[in-house]
Amino acid sequence: MSTRAHGAPRNRTLKWIDDRMPIVSLVEHSLYYPVPRNLNYMWNFGSLAGLSLIILIVTGIVLSMHYTPHTDYAFDSVERIMRDVNYGWLIRYVHTNGASMFFIVVYLHVFRGLYYGSFKAPRELLWWLGVVILFLMMATAFMGYVLPWGQMSFWAAKVITSMVGAVPLIGEALTELLWGGFTVDNPTLNRFYSLHYLLPFVIFGVVILHIWALHTVKANNPLGIDMKGPQDSVEFHPYYTVKDLFGTGVFLLVFAAFVFYAPNYLGHPDNYIQADPLKTPPHIVPEWYFLPYYTILRSFTDDWWLFQVLLGWWGMEAKLAGVLAMAGAVAVLFVLPWLDTSKVRSARFRPVYRVFFWLFVIDCLILGWIGAQPAEQPWTAIGQWATIWYFAHFLVILPLVSRTERPRPLPHSISQSVLGGGSAATAASPMEATT
Amino acid sequence: MIRAPIRSANRTIRRLAAPAVLAAGLAAGAPFATLPAHAAGDAVAPKEVAWTFNGVFGRYNYEQLRRGLQVYREVCAACHGLRLVAYRDLAAIGLSEAQIRAIAGEKEVAGEPDEEGEPTTRPAEAKDRFVDPFPNVQAAMASNNGAAPPDLSLMVKARGGGADYVFSLMTGYVSEAACKKEFKDSQGKPLVPAEGQYCNTYMPGHIIAMAPPITEDGQVEYEEKGAPAASVDQMAKDVTAFLAWAAEPYMVERKRMGIKVMLFLLLFTGFMYAIYRQVKKDVKGQA
Amino acid sequence: MANSASPDGAGAAGTHEEGAGRRDFLFLAGGAFGAFATGASLWPLLDSLNPARDTLAASTTEVDLAPIEQGQAITVKWRGSPVFIRRRTQKEIAEAKAVDPDDLPDPQTDEQRFGSGAREQWLVVVGVCTHLGCIPLGQKGTDNKGEYGGWFCPCHGSHYDISGRIRKGPAPRNLPVPPYTITAENKLIIGKEQPDGGQGGKTA
Repeated sequence: MSTRAHGAPRNRTLKWIDDRMPIVSLVEHSLYYPVPRNLNYMWNFGSLAGLSLIILIVTGIVLSMHYTPHTDYAFDSVERIMRDVNYGWLIRYVHTNGASMFFIVVYLHVFRGLYYGSFKAPRELLWWLGVVILFLMMATAFMGYVLPWGQMSFWAAKVITSMVGAVPLIGEALTELLWGGFTVDNPTLNRFYSLHYLLPFVIFGVVILHIWALHTVKANNPLGIDMKGPQDSVEFHPYYTVKDLFGTGVFLLVFAAFVFYAPNYLGHPDNYIQADPLKTPPHIVPEWYFLPYYTILRSFTDDWWLFQVLLGWWGMEAKLAGVLAMAGAVAVLFVLPWLDTSKVRSARFRPVYRVFFWLFVIDCLILGWIGAQPAEQPWTAIGQWATIWYFAHFLVILPLVSRTERPRPLPHSISQSVLGGGSAATAASPMEATT
Repeated sequence: MIRAPIRSANRTIRRLAAPAVLAAGLAAGAPFATLPAHAAGDAVAPKEVAWTFNGVFGRYNYEQLRRGLQVYREVCAACHGLRLVAYRDLAAIGLSEAQIRAIAGEKEVAGEPDEEGEPTTRPAEAKDRFVDPFPNVQAAMASNNGAAPPDLSLMVKARGGGADYVFSLMTGYVSEAACKKEFKDSQGKPLVPAEGQYCNTYMPGHIIAMAPPITEDGQVEYEEKGAPAASVDQMAKDVTAFLAWAAEPYMVERKRMGIKVMLFLLLFTGFMYAIYRQVKKDVKGQA
Repeated sequence: MANSASPDGAGAAGTHEEGAGRRDFLFLAGGAFGAFATGASLWPLLDSLNPARDTLAASTTEVDLAPIEQGQAITVKWRGSPVFIRRRTQKEIAEAKAVDPDDLPDPQTDEQRFGSGAREQWLVVVGVCTHLGCIPLGQKGTDNKGEYGGWFCPCHGSHYDISGRIRKGPAPRNLPVPPYTITAENKLIIGKEQPDGGQGGKTA
């Protein structure tokens, strides 16, 4: 591993502090802990997700100082931020687009984990914490979207909270508890505001656990094999700090392009109309990052053959099935380490899994695309098949593939693969045949 | 010696291939997935106008905005509010303090209660926001056949086609005969506007409660010297440009700052890349 | 092999020498870029906490002076704080002018504060004690007006005279005079400097 001796600090003041609370050692450890030397650019998205979270928290704190969480004032207070507060438009556009950037980065981070098998032992806890973060992000983003109190805010809140009504027996009572009234109204807005402020800090806490677990089990890498010695690793700093900073530059360029030149592209025009509880917009569409789940939710209709075969015959409501499926779409990630039992992590050496991985990516894109379409044929049917594929990928394909697939031979070590040159498994790219 | 860098570049490309494809795929899919859903069925794509505020370097034309303000005040303001814009904001499009005071002073707003506790009114001032034409929604509905005219402060941002849509709508009225011929209702029968309704190509569903607002050339007499002839088209464009400004008065500032930020980030990213290459050479002995 | 994992390793020694100048430049410039970027992105966040445009626009208050009689005082709100307006009697003005400013903790003549001529009868001060921000008593006839017949701050016992000047107690400065304009129609506009350069407000 590291060849430098990074022990206790030599500076007397730092040593004094470190003896009482080893914070200096902690920083040293974070800077110089060993990281596989062969990470590619897909490993940039973790730090970018952290940066996104910080940007969102900082801009959010400032926005909360100008925002009024009351149904009579929320919409106008947001517009006051845009028009009258110094740089208010900038801070709000950074915050709204920042949410989208956070999701893009996190989704890429998740797909990277799926491709290179980062969820497999010994990284199951690390993976779980990541799924918890995803859940919390979704809750936070949903509640944040309600705060401007536009038409989409209101109707998103109405539709999503109405899902709770699918719970048997106590559904109605639960919904009223959630609303604090008989529909989405001022009490709902107030509690969403409170939770929208709270949850990011919970996410921050889980992120720290996520990083703790990462530093314990160390980063996975494109080859998916363990580091065997110092020749396989580099210290995080300066190599990966600089690489992350370069990635940060590219990321901020994309981010800034949205903020300054297409700030409303990812939003919906209807949210510039103040909420009207008496009038639903003709087409309710969630934010883009929820579209795949939305399709899964909508796929469960009474007349869907799969629903009737599986669940309908014993009296389950389609609404409940849809809600459960939607939650299950994320929850299935928790059991992923036990669905995919292949000992080989990286898809580079898994020719069959690699094909199904890309099919899964395409499936997710289709789910997202259908989510933006009206609930009509042929979209519904396409969405239903895509939903089937989504769950089949995890529950049927992965267990089968991981048992039957014959992986390609793994390289002996990271350093051999990276520096050895010429050998069979060297720098095998997932996109090419290597034998 | 010559081969080596080529081989290493080749290797880099191969190493980048998978993540790049994945990233590009997802990135390309994201906007694809957000294509507006309401393009379905009966919506007609709005006319495309070469607005001065289009594009990265687009700016408002303040003379046009002042003409648009005049059209708004003489044509739209009788029914449509602009409640998020303050009179003082008009200074940004070139109105003097006296002009603003005059425009604001035409309207009354609620004042402090007097000594006896009776409610009072006072003339609106520069600091006040545009006063609504109707005291409440009920009054707005009562005077407009039951359809309250929407506030225009954010109209350009609140419609899918933006300024193009607003302009198309104002100039997109068709006769009842043409309506019957061209459009169908939800049962597939020829579309007939009811009493107090009008037919409009660009309105979703093609039925609109607003009477054609701009109907004849010269409907507004432009005050400023050098103003173009007040054709229907010109007036509709001017007032749409004004509404675009009303919806996003900070747009010019936003785009200007964007150029600076993007240039800085390009430099920053280039520098970080150079440092990355340097560190890579130091740490890994390879570039 | 092991050495190549570290920047100090021998494996990279060759490149160390030749790249030293370039490396130093890159690192310095990179650091400067980072510092500038951080600073530049913090400024909008900080500036957003300054008074917003609507707050600034609402920062004048108009008062009709016509109904106020000699010896009468009213309090109006300007920028969220009370402003004391008092139409002083000739006796009060004479009393305010008789004081030698050199004897005062915060030397100022009454003319420096409220001008002369028709204007001097109007006392306009921000009614916030310059000690720690309490509102002094003295606007109502029944109030304790302090030892100098002006205002008295009940929090820590500061006494102000009939020109609003501090005479006794912990407050360091006179009650501030806001910028104000008295129009030809006998309207008082607080928050706006007299356009013709009248003296009132100069010392605010």
